[in-house]
Amino acid sequence: MSTSEDRPLVSIVTSDACVDFPIFDARSRSLKKTVMGMVGGNIATETKVPVIEALRDISLTLKHGDRVGLVGHNGAGKSTLLRLLAGIYEPTRGAAEIRGRVAPVFDLGVGMDPEISGLENIIVRGLFLGMTRKQMESRIDDIADFTELGDFLEMPLRTYSTGMRIRLALGVVTSIDPEILILDEGIGAVDAAFLNKSKKRLAELVERAGLLVFASHSDEFLRDLCDTALWMEHGRIRKAGEIEEVLAAYKGAQG
Amino acid sequence: MAQPGARSWRRAADDLTGGWEQRQLWGHLAWQDIRQRYRRSVLGPIWITISMAVTAVALGVLYAGLFHNDLSVQLPYILVGFIIWAFISGCISEGSEVFIVNEGLIKQLPAPLSVHVFRLVWRQVLFLAHNLIVYVLMLVIFPQPLGWSSLTVIPALLLLAINGGWTALLLGIVTTRFRDLAPIIQSIVQLLFFLTPIVWIYGDLQNNPAVAGRARLVEFNPLLHFMEIVRAPLLGEPQHLRHWIVVLVITFVGWAVTIAVLRRFRSRVAYWV
Repeated sequence: MSTSEDRPLVSIVTSDACVDFPIFDARSRSLKKTVMGMVGGNIATETKVPVIEALRDISLTLKHGDRVGLVGHNGAGKSTLLRLLAGIYEPTRGAAEIRGRVAPVFDLGVGMDPEISGLENIIVRGLFLGMTRKQMESRIDDIADFTELGDFLEMPLRTYSTGMRIRLALGVVTSIDPEILILDEGIGAVDAAFLNKSKKRLAELVERAGLLVFASHSDEFLRDLCDTALWMEHGRIRKAGEIEEVLAAYKGAQG
Repeated sequence: MAQPGARSWRRAADDLTGGWEQRQLWGHLAWQDIRQRYRRSVLGPIWITISMAVTAVALGVLYAGLFHNDLSVQLPYILVGFIIWAFISGCISEGSEVFIVNEGLIKQLPAPLSVHVFRLVWRQVLFLAHNLIVYVLMLVIFPQPLGWSSLTVIPALLLLAINGGWTALLLGIVTTRFRDLAPIIQSIVQLLFFLTPIVWIYGDLQNNPAVAGRARLVEFNPLLHFMEIVRAPLLGEPQHLRHWIVVLVITFVGWAVTIAVLRRFRSRVAYWV
């Protein structure tokens, strides 16, 4: 099988991918138990670590241009699926192949340091998202305009209010050029006027991205950004298809 | 399948090369870690230099008295020993929690594991560079018989950093799975400080017939050899080939074991943290 020719550059392909979390409690996580277990011999069933099956048999083919929404209850496996698609969790069984540079945005503030200035945080956050320092430096003015933080960008991040931090984080996240954009919800806590502005930027970002996977509880947001959807339930894909169809089925089941 | 499996050698090697490629990121983070520690202080990272100078002078004077050595012998020995020890102990003790403290980043970003290790080792290198300022100042007060052979300090420091890499990576993976190991390793590091010739002068013990036999046991301490390959050129002392050979063997064996462990458990670390 040739690798790069028959498939586009940006794609995510998973086949029967499962994600199982071992749960080490205080006892089984210690060496003592493992060492004793090795000596003992037939208490293997007791020493075995309990496992949470977070995702079961996920088979997906996402390619360039796909905009996928993710719906499901809390604990249905949305965030774990996003992490699987981002390459953070490699499947315990099955396979997942990710081609393209992934920019995962699970938490707006990850990698932000309260002690350094807003400007420095822009650079660091950009580096974390796979950009180079040069690329980020050329975007600083654009980000500064968007965040409307002005001279505050010279101040350490700890002096910012929650809203200001979110502005900064959103400004950086929406300025990057991702090949695969993985977005988790939690983009809500911004004031209304700013939200409208960021929606436009978010839409532009999605436009630039080769592939989008977006988990949200907001139907409005999902309709704005996605054209297909996946409904997750108990770690499996319950339904996949066109967005309105999936949303209707999901709402119906809740109803 | 086009893509190598999660446990292939290829993916382990990709982790290391991919991490190396992100040096803009870890280089920046390591420097930020250092500035962070001295944020809002007037002198900033110069405090690293100052505290090393104070420690070396105080202990140099103390042990020169205790061992009846000349200060011009004891102080340079202790200073250089401490500078090397700070690097080694930093790599071991911070390495034993490198993935645990970076839990947030590991769960949020699909970065190679080695990024966190490179960040740690580079931070230790920056500390070392600050500490070497004290060494240069010391040369003014207590000049050492340096010569061309002192240039071997460059490959020696390079080997020290390369070994810091596998140590942190290996310990990081193992301690993430077995959390009891982290405190055990901290205790071992403390113990190793006393078992390694840092405050006591190895050569003096070898020449003392009463303890020479026991002193030879220190040859089994791998850290002795790392100490010697760096310290001898810095103090202009005669250098012994056996230390270099031991260090090179440790480097190869250490990396071989670490890459094997990385291949087997790399993909599990995100599940364990």
